[in-house]
Amino acid sequence: MSDNSLLSINNLATHYVTDEAVIHAVNGINLELKTGESLGLVGESGAGKSTTAYSIMGILPKLTGRIVRGEIVFQGKDLTKTSEEQMRSIRGSQISMIFQDPMTSLNPILPVGDQIAEVLEVHGTRNRKEAVEKAGDMLEMVGIPSERMHEYPHQFSGGMKQRVIIAIALACNPQLLIADEPTTALDVTIQAQVLKMIKDLRTRLGTSLILISHNLSVVAQLCQNVAIMYAGHIVEYGPLRDVFSNPFHPYTEGLLNCIPRIDVDKKRLSPIKGMMPDPSLIYEGCIFKPRCPYAEDICTTMTPGISEVEGRKVMCLMYQGLIPKKMSFDKVGGGTND
Amino acid sequence: MTEGENLQPILSVKNLKKYFQTSRGSLHAVDNVSFDIEEGRTLGVVGESGCGKTTTGRTILRLIEPTSGTIRFDNIDINNLQKNDLRLIRSKMQIIFQDPYSSLDPRKTVAATIGEPLIIHKRIKDKRDLRERVLALMQMVELEERLYSAYPHELDGGRRQRIGIARALALEPKFIVCDEPVSSLDVSVQAQILNLMQDLQDRLKLTYMFVTHDMAVVKHISDEIAVMYLGQIIERAPAKELFEHQYHPYSRALIAAIPQMDLNLGNLTGTLKGEIGSPIEPKPGCRFAPRCDYFQEACSRADPPLQTMGTGRYVACWRANEI
Repeated sequence: MSDNSLLSINNLATHYVTDEAVIHAVNGINLELKTGESLGLVGESGAGKSTTAYSIMGILPKLTGRIVRGEIVFQGKDLTKTSEEQMRSIRGSQISMIFQDPMTSLNPILPVGDQIAEVLEVHGTRNRKEAVEKAGDMLEMVGIPSERMHEYPHQFSGGMKQRVIIAIALACNPQLLIADEPTTALDVTIQAQVLKMIKDLRTRLGTSLILISHNLSVVAQLCQNVAIMYAGHIVEYGPLRDVFSNPFHPYTEGLLNCIPRIDVDKKRLSPIKGMMPDPSLIYEGCIFKPRCPYAEDICTTMTPGISEVEGRKVMCLMYQGLIPKKMSFDKVGGGTND
Repeated sequence: MTEGENLQPILSVKNLKKYFQTSRGSLHAVDNVSFDIEEGRTLGVVGESGCGKTTTGRTILRLIEPTSGTIRFDNIDINNLQKNDLRLIRSKMQIIFQDPYSSLDPRKTVAATIGEPLIIHKRIKDKRDLRERVLALMQMVELEERLYSAYPHELDGGRRQRIGIARALALEPKFIVCDEPVSSLDVSVQAQILNLMQDLQDRLKLTYMFVTHDMAVVKHISDEIAVMYLGQIIERAPAKELFEHQYHPYSRALIAAIPQMDLNLGNLTGTLKGEIGSPIEPKPGCRFAPRCDYFQEACSRADPPLQTMGTGRYVACWRANEI
């Protein structure tokens, strides 16, 4: 672990255990976040992105969610072994999280200013007046006039609510901010405003960021590094520009090829065939094999390890020299071009 | 189909209005919207939440009764149709909904859902005929035969949306309003459904009105695009041309706000200020004026008309010629 490591996730596996089945949501992932870094966690529904975030925050559903192995080291401390009481002092002050839906994240019967002040008071601001003052400052910082602190959530639009939530998340100046699809519920012009604001605040406050999104372009706006998740695994992990311009893993390639883009004309999209595997079953071999255009027989039986290739981590037998490398593909988005 | 071919519009909408009465006054959801769609083509309708795109689609099908305006489909004025005639014409005009989770009856099997329109419109001879027709529709949308007796909860979003498409196709319509049909799907599945919809359009000569908030999807699927803002069409253009140049400041801001994969394009520079205004009792004049960088006093005097700016291009902006 390097000196400026903020968060280090080693071999984390998280399952949901119900009477009917065990859902293998996260299956042994490794992540490393340096102070000041921004990391994008990308994948489709059910890839394990949010479960990873809940594991870090210690907010897995109590009855079903279980970290079955691995460690989450935050500033030298393993969060999987930290008591709930200690976690409570970390959450909101050192690690904050923003959720997707700004409509349900705020308390509808409390003025927004009080909701910001509450976080400050929980985390050590003794003086009520001071907390309220700081709450006003936080609102101004996210572009809302501080006079509006006495208003209730329903008096704010969706974009404004998400700003309030960001103000709450950043009130204690945390080292790490986890944003789970922060702009998915917002309109595109409002999304642009919020993304720009997160970007500016990060520059100003130096907050490290884990941004979870299914939208590759949103991640491209904010992140230096990206981890592509598929069925509970990180299949490719590295500098965002490299990964997006020249994907190594067949799933990353498929993901980039299947999205319509405004800067590239395609007559036809190239979907990834098939579906994500059932997370309640245990698979042998490569998890992506049934959908992979490059798969060979060996992929059915042999589980790929993680290879280091040109500063990236890739989970594919291709990079272990066990199946032939893919020859060529269309780097600009794929599909049939005009 | 190529540009310039003189096609008959299959749908022609003129001065369509839909006002809802609320306690705070009249809400102008659709306010004086006019457009044509030519047979076999796709009109994409884009805009942000509350711009009236969904209401426009539903009003055209008379799922919502229009306040005023004319809707001609296949040269028939459908505003004045009575119940029975409307039912007949509806078999030619169908809709695919956004959310395949809430738009399907959870107690009906795949076959019952797809077959229902055939039974209602008495298009089948007997049970065997029904079964064959349903299976043919399932094959058309690439649903596995084994799912014939399955229930929606057993299926993923992509397959559910295929059921919605099969049901819409059951009566062999000419025109389909597609209301955010891929917005709730994952990208890999979204691509499958978009390809399917394009294939079906080619095969069955379908005309689509494709309503969405996703600019990349609309560019991909449409021949022509109409941009809506607060109940009005503010710009209409051939799909590719709109992305090359926008006459209306709102279209410009909307396209500039789309995050791009290519970081060299320098994104998020000119973000639009403010938020969408209220559609209740709107003041006269351009609806976009309060957020517009090019605002002049003249803009708030009257609604700008949709004027032509060359072949196939229309814009509603008082200053379109200057900016």
